[in-house]
Order: sequence, then C-alpha cells, then structure tokens
Amino acid sequence: MALVLVKRLAQGCMTLLLVSGFVFAATNLLPGDVAAALLGEHATPEALAAIRRSLGLNQPALYRYWIWLTHFVSGDLGTSLANGQPIGAIVAIRFYNTLFLAAVTAAVSVPISILLGALAAAHRGRWLDRMVSGATLVLVSVPEFFLGYLLIMLLSRYLAVFPSMAQIPPDASLTQHLFAIGLPVLTLALGVMAYLVRMVRAAIVEVMSASYIEMALLQGASEHEIVLRHALPNVIGPLINIIVFNLAYLVVGVIIVEVIFVYPGIGQLMADAVAARDVTTAQACALIFAVTYVGLNITADLVATLTNPRLRVRAA
Amino acid sequence: MLLRSVSWAGTVSLGVIVTYIVLAIFAPVLAPHGEAEVVGGAWISPDMQHWLGTDGLGRDMLSRVMYGGRRTMSIALAVTVAAFLLGTLLGLSAAIGRSWLDTVLSRTVDGIMALPSLIVALLVLSVLGSSIPGLIGVLAVLDATRFFRLSRAIGQDIMSRDYVEVARLRGESIRWLITREVLPNATSVLATEFAIRFCAAVLQVSALAFLGLGVQPPSADWGSMVNENAIAINFGIAAPLFPAAAIAGVTVSLNVLVTALSDTSRFARV
Repeated sequence: MALVLVKRLAQGCMTLLLVSGFVFAATNLLPGDVAAALLGEHATPEALAAIRRSLGLNQPALYRYWIWLTHFVSGDLGTSLANGQPIGAIVAIRFYNTLFLAAVTAAVSVPISILLGALAAAHRGRWLDRMVSGATLVLVSVPEFFLGYLLIMLLSRYLAVFPSMAQIPPDASLTQHLFAIGLPVLTLALGVMAYLVRMVRAAIVEVMSASYIEMALLQGASEHEIVLRHALPNVIGPLINIIVFNLAYLVVGVIIVEVIFVYPGIGQLMADAVAARDVTTAQACALIFAVTYVGLNITADLVATLTNPRLRVRAA
Repeated sequence: MLLRSVSWAGTVSLGVIVTYIVLAIFAPVLAPHGEAEVVGGAWISPDMQHWLGTDGLGRDMLSRVMYGGRRTMSIALAVTVAAFLLGTLLGLSAAIGRSWLDTVLSRTVDGIMALPSLIVALLVLSVLGSSIPGLIGVLAVLDATRFFRLSRAIGQDIMSRDYVEVARLRGESIRWLITREVLPNATSVLATEFAIRFCAAVLQVSALAFLGLGVQPPSADWGSMVNENAIAINFGIAAPLFPAAAIAGVTVSLNVLVTALSDTSRFARV
C-alpha cells in the first residue's frame, strides 16, 4: 500500500520535472528569444549579443534550466522583462487572489453539482434528467466570456446585485472581498458545474447499475440500506476523484474570467505579460499554473488509488 | 419519443450550422456594410438600419459579426484540419508501426497533454509574438494530441480484428492496410471527433483573440470583437454580447448535433 503511494508520488514528481522542462523549452528553444522580444524589431546584432550576455543567454541551455529551476524552487522567480521588478512579490499577491477566487468557486459549485448530479441520476431518463443534461450541454459549449458579459448585463446593469468589476480595495474585509467577486465566482461555477454534474451523474448511474446493487435488491434490502451500505462507499472514491480533476478546469477558466472582470489574479497577470511579451513573467505564471494543474491531477490519481480496493491490490 | 425529440433538436442545430456556413462564405456579398467601414456614431443601439447597432468606432456590428465569423471559423477549420492530419497520421503509425515509435510518440503526447492547452498556447505565443500562422501552428499541434490518442486506439482495435490479420498474412503493405482496412472502419468515430475538435478550436481561437493574440485590427474576428467592445458593457450597452452570442450559437449547435447523431446511431444499432 505505502509502496504504491510512493510509486505514484515519484511518478508525479517526474511529471512535474518534465512539465518544468517543457515550460523552459517552450520559451528558450523557440525561434525569437527573450533578447529579441526585449529589444523589438529594430535591434542591431551587437545590441542583441550584449543583452544575451547580460541575461546569461550565452550559457548552455541545460545549465540555464538548472539555474532557473533551482531559483524557482527557492522562491526566486527572476525579474520582469517589462519593468525590471522582481516577479516573486507581484506573483505572491496575485496567486493568493486567484486561489481565493478558486476556493470560493469550489465551495459553491461542488455541493450543488453533487446534488444536481445525484438528482439527475435518480430521475434517469425523466424530464429533470433531460433538463439537467440539456442545460449542462449548453454550458459546456458556450465561451466563458459570453456567460461573463451576460451575467454583467443581467446582474450588474439591470438588477444591480453585484459590481461589474471585481476590484478589491487593499483594506477590504472578507465580506467586501466576497461581494466583489460575486460575478466571477458565478461565471466560473457555472463552467465547472457543467462538467461536474455530468460526471457525478455518470458515476452514480454506473454504481447503481452494478451487479452487487442488483443482488442487494434481489435479497430484499431496503432502499435506505442500498444507498448507504452499498452505493455510497463505492461512489465516494470516484466522486472525490472527479471533483479534484474538475478543479483543474478552474486553472484554465480563471484566466479568461479574471480578464473579463478585471480581477487582480495571476491569470490576468499572465494575459498582460503575454500581450507585453514579458517572457520571464509569462514563464513564471505558466509554471505556477502548470504545477497547480499537474498537482491536482496527481492528487486525483492518488485519491483514486486510495479509495479503490481493486486498484490497491492490483498495483501492489 | 426520445429519439424523435433528439432528432428535432438535431435538425434545428443542423439548420443553424448551415446558416453560419452560408453567412461565412458569402459575407462579402451578404454583409450590408464593409468590415472596416465607419457608418455612424459609436455604439448606436440596434435599429432598422443597423440590426445589431454599431461598435466603438461606429462600424456596423452585423457586418462585422459576419466577417468575424468568416475569419474565426476559417482559422478554426485550418487548426482542426492540420491537427486531424498530423494526429491521425502519427496515431495510426503508432498503432501499426514498430513499438519504439509507439513509445516515443505516446510519451510525447502524454507530456503535452499534462498541461492545459491555453497555458501552453499563451506561453508559446508570448515568445513567437502573435501572428495567424503561429496561432494555427500552436493550436494544431496541441489539438493533434487528441486525434493521436483516438486514432491510435482505433488503429490498435482494428489491427487486432480477423480481417486485418488475413490481409496481413496475404502480405499487404502498411499503406494498403491503412487506406483499405483501417480508415474506412474508423470514419464515423473520426468524423465525430472532428466536429468536437472544431468546436473546441473555435473556442480556443476566440479565447486567445479575446486576450489580444491572433487577428490584428481592423480585421474582425469574434474573440477580438468581444475584447474591443467589452468596455461598453459598463454603460449597459450589449455590444460585446453579439459576437459572444455568435460563438455560443455555433458551438452549442455543433455539440447538440453531435449528441443527437450519436444517440441516433446508438438507437439504430440496438
């Protein structure tokens, strides 16, 4: 058992290392490097060479990767190409804001999704199920900014419930903070729920149609007993796995949503950095997103291993 | 009853998709105004003359939505076709070819798919700078991973069937195996995946354009039109909602159609 966990964790660390290598390679081995981005189109070869030397770009790529990675792990994210400021300080505040947004979204969307998914599964094939499937299919298909601007129009302009821009004053209290992010949370939650509800429904339908449930039914077990003793223990593992896996969606959805609502998170920071071709900041943001995303996926994988007795035995 | 209701939704979405295609192809003929033509004041409300009003520079919104669809959908189509060719070719090669080839390709694809594609696209475009060929290239490579996994799985499945075994024992070449045995049997699954990936490509192209990458002004495309008009929403002007709704219209219709078709074929088989 412990061996399996260690093995999975080691695999996860390997993936993280590969991903960091990929993020480094994407910005360092492509044509058009940091020096060119910094100087623009009218750079002379001499100026380019000078900049490359001062940025250490004349060192071998593998050596630069090692320096970059070790500095990153120790918290030194380098300096921004756009304004020369250290990236770490800006990223820390922005990342906290993004995590806050993601945490509130998860707290709202997870319970509702489980409830709706379970209801749809219980009413399989009937009108409630079909309405939920239809609504989630539409929500999966529409772009985030359509939902976002529609919600601004309805809830900010017409009903004046929430502010249209998620600006957070430096000394905002928790309630003010929560109120300010009402619309981004709603937009993200609708996006996450669309996937989550469908998967929760599928997981429950699968467990309920398993042969041991049928067996219990035939043995005359009460509905109460079937749900609590047979279905629930078998569905919890897949459910947690699905939830963690879907939270990874937030990592992607959050970029667009932060731009829509001008929310000072790390997604907005990355979008601005990419537009300004501030490669070092974009790289730092990308690595943080990547580590979060891969970390969540590894967690989902670990949860699946821990909660599935069959996987445990086979892997050992 | 279920079948009939699904087909009904499917028919409507098919109609919507055909309308989009016609509008995109004939935009220069059908659009009431030019793409960059200034026709009046900024953000005029929709009226009889300008059905969707005007944008921030006083250009006709309806015309720009039509031209924008033409550009967004043709970029998305280019991404999907390139991804399909690249992914399917490599996927089938991995399924049919030597095992080391399969290992190398599969591990590479796993690596790319370990990251969210929007992050990778943003990162690569921050270095390359925003250009349409760059945009198409990056998204095509990222999307090809999906086609790779699917076509590899299909290829492996079909390669283990008896009729392929017979053809192999007959001494047929790998090319013959792919074109005569594997592809005809994989068409419907690959076509469905193509539609789903096209949908995803429209969303990705629009998302990147919304973030300011890709199409440059004054050319219209749905994502950058949302971005250009975003500020108007604070004054209660619906301008950014029109291009956004145009995207939603085509992606929802495609997804509904794909679901309807797969339901129909499932019922037909039973």
